[in-house]
Amino acid sequence: MSDLPLIQADRAVPPPAATTTNGGRGRRLRLLSRTDRVVITLMVLVPLLLVTGLVWLPAVATVLLSGTNWDGIGPIGEIEWVGAKNYDDVVNIYPPFVPAVQNNLLWLAALFVVATPFGMFLAVLLDKELRGSRFYQTALYLPVVLSLALIGFVWQLIYSRDQGLLNGVFGGDTDWYGDPNVNIWAVLVAAGWRHVGYIMLLYLAGLKGVDPSLREAAAVDGSSETSTFFRVVFPVMRPINIIVLVVTVIESLRAFDLVWVINKGRNGLELISALVTQNVVGEASRIGFGSALATIMLMVSLVFITLYLWTVMREDKR
Amino acid sequence: MSRPRSQAEYLARLVPPSVAGLNRRSLLAGAAGAGALLGTGLLAGCGDSDSGSGGDAKSVSLGSNQSDPKPKDVVAKVMDGFKTSAGVTVNINTVDHNTFQENINNYLQGKPDDVFTWFAGYRMRFFAAKGLAGDLSDVWGKLDGYSDAFKKASTGDDGKQYFVPASYYPWAVFYRKSVWQQRGYQVPKTLDDLNTLGAQMKKDGLSPIAFADKDGWPAMGTFDILNLRINGYQFHVDLMAGKEAWTSDKVKKVFDTWAGLLPLHQPDSLGRTWQEAAQSLQQKKSGMYLLGLFVAQQFSGADLEDLDFFTFPEIDSTIGAKALDAPIDGYMMARKPKSKDAAEKLLTYLGSKDAANITVKNDPSTLVANSGADTAGYTALQKKAAELVGSATEIAQFLDRDTRPDFASTVIIPALQQFIKNPKDIGGLLTSIENQKKSIFTS
Repeated sequence: MSDLPLIQADRAVPPPAATTTNGGRGRRLRLLSRTDRVVITLMVLVPLLLVTGLVWLPAVATVLLSGTNWDGIGPIGEIEWVGAKNYDDVVNIYPPFVPAVQNNLLWLAALFVVATPFGMFLAVLLDKELRGSRFYQTALYLPVVLSLALIGFVWQLIYSRDQGLLNGVFGGDTDWYGDPNVNIWAVLVAAGWRHVGYIMLLYLAGLKGVDPSLREAAAVDGSSETSTFFRVVFPVMRPINIIVLVVTVIESLRAFDLVWVINKGRNGLELISALVTQNVVGEASRIGFGSALATIMLMVSLVFITLYLWTVMREDKR
Repeated sequence: MSRPRSQAEYLARLVPPSVAGLNRRSLLAGAAGAGALLGTGLLAGCGDSDSGSGGDAKSVSLGSNQSDPKPKDVVAKVMDGFKTSAGVTVNINTVDHNTFQENINNYLQGKPDDVFTWFAGYRMRFFAAKGLAGDLSDVWGKLDGYSDAFKKASTGDDGKQYFVPASYYPWAVFYRKSVWQQRGYQVPKTLDDLNTLGAQMKKDGLSPIAFADKDGWPAMGTFDILNLRINGYQFHVDLMAGKEAWTSDKVKKVFDTWAGLLPLHQPDSLGRTWQEAAQSLQQKKSGMYLLGLFVAQQFSGADLEDLDFFTFPEIDSTIGAKALDAPIDGYMMARKPKSKDAAEKLLTYLGSKDAANITVKNDPSTLVANSGADTAGYTALQKKAAELVGSATEIAQFLDRDTRPDFASTVIIPALQQFIKNPKDIGGLLTSIENQKKSIFTS
């Protein structure tokens, strides 16, 4: 082969394994020994059992329980069926529900529009092998590693109205956590702080995997840095881009921990996941009502999951 | 690093050496093995974990929520005392306080310890009515040194006792003696006095009433005391039991009065923890603070000696100012203890003045429920708190202990926070509470 850079990077060389077996289908099958078959059966069965037991059964049970008023006490036979009453209550007489939906959407928008692009931008910068790039990398990734209790505590030190850093330095008296018009933004900054680090690391890993010869070729052709990124690197990174997108959506739907650490998801920080926890976990034990909220959350997630699967499958068909 | 000569070579370089050494088949087998291990591990985890401790009367188990070092130590000392007097060993299972409370439903329906820590109030009566707690009427026959108020607080809906009180703490308005002497403030006797005092404090540059409700529960204390002062104990109990309407004029008057007092409260309370509010009192930035006796935890040394309190002033002279919140902590028995005899012996001991004396000696931050205990070791603050509760005509247990926990945590907390944010729309707020109350209490 010549020493020229590879241009058709996306046309994969067939895997070496396929070239070594030159026999037909039957011969391939006979290659599977008894051990192989046991291993494969186990590998299908064990995950299947785990997925059914840990994902599908609980999900179905949640949907079923959402039609009852179970309080978590007493045998299952005594559970009373109340139909759609829980859903009626959620929508009509439960004041935190509407703010929770709004906050979840706001969360998604903020991560998607600000935090994710910023994380990608940082990854591109760090990919340039700046001096001290390891240091920046660690500093930016640290929030993802820190335990939640610690993160809640760190931001409490910053945001506390009477004793916090922000008000101490700037001499204001903004009630960062208590004012329901302000606290969601304060928390979004904290959530974004974590999310940026996460996206940065994912994206950086992807950038490191891009064939440097692609960039060289673009540079030889006189393409600027910006247009190289948008026209060559970005399209090549399509799988990573999709992962980043999915991670962003998942993170904003399951957003929970920070608001729970701050004020258990009340007073301006309502999120559907926090409402589910408030109702189901703990002494409250409104299992039926909480399940109705969880089912609503499942439906919203299903919309995104369906969209994602639809895109991926359409790609595969092409 | 030289340039790869082919794409295959390039791809091969991406595989780290640690992985490249393995062939595909051994990797697969390893993964399957790990999966199988995980699976069996989980299945084993689902199995019944019977502790199988002996049913003889030589030991009895205690589920304790006293997870802080100091109270935990006191529990251990009390149990040692029981071992010396009765010759029965107590196995203490300590669980984090909040976790214990949140898991109580599952705990009681599973295999609870013979004796466990809990609170007096609605939840205690609820477990008794559901048959999840043991009848302690026989134990109460052997106890002495308890006032009728404590016995009433230990009694279930069926008239039997299910609870042995151990300690309690009152809610009152705390202040610093030095600040009040310096400015010449007088303890207010009526709501008007309180308003006048608050106005004066504002003039003097203080926040009259320290206030914090970030965690949602401290504001319940304010609601409780206002309702007790305005509508009396019986109405409060009925309201908590879901028998009275939240839309009634009586409840509306409570919130109207509270709205009138809100300007005297420290602003921006929804972002503040009670510890921070207590520190503002300690730093002499606030004039007074309505909270439980545990506020003293934020004070030490000379500051602690400077701390004093008065009971919330009278609002309606026909009702007076004799009722208050004084949550009681104590012990209950499981529905089917392994050895009923040993469990009852332990509970009798826990209710005795011997056990109370050990608590007094070792923990200066609680009041013991048994009046026969030797309270010479009390601090001045403790003595005054005991007198206050002793002179109370009725004792409430605090809102989240007096009503259904689902109603308290999912309805009342957001509603009170909403009120603090916007004290103007009381009518709409009460209608919302009433609608949710009807849905919860009828289910």
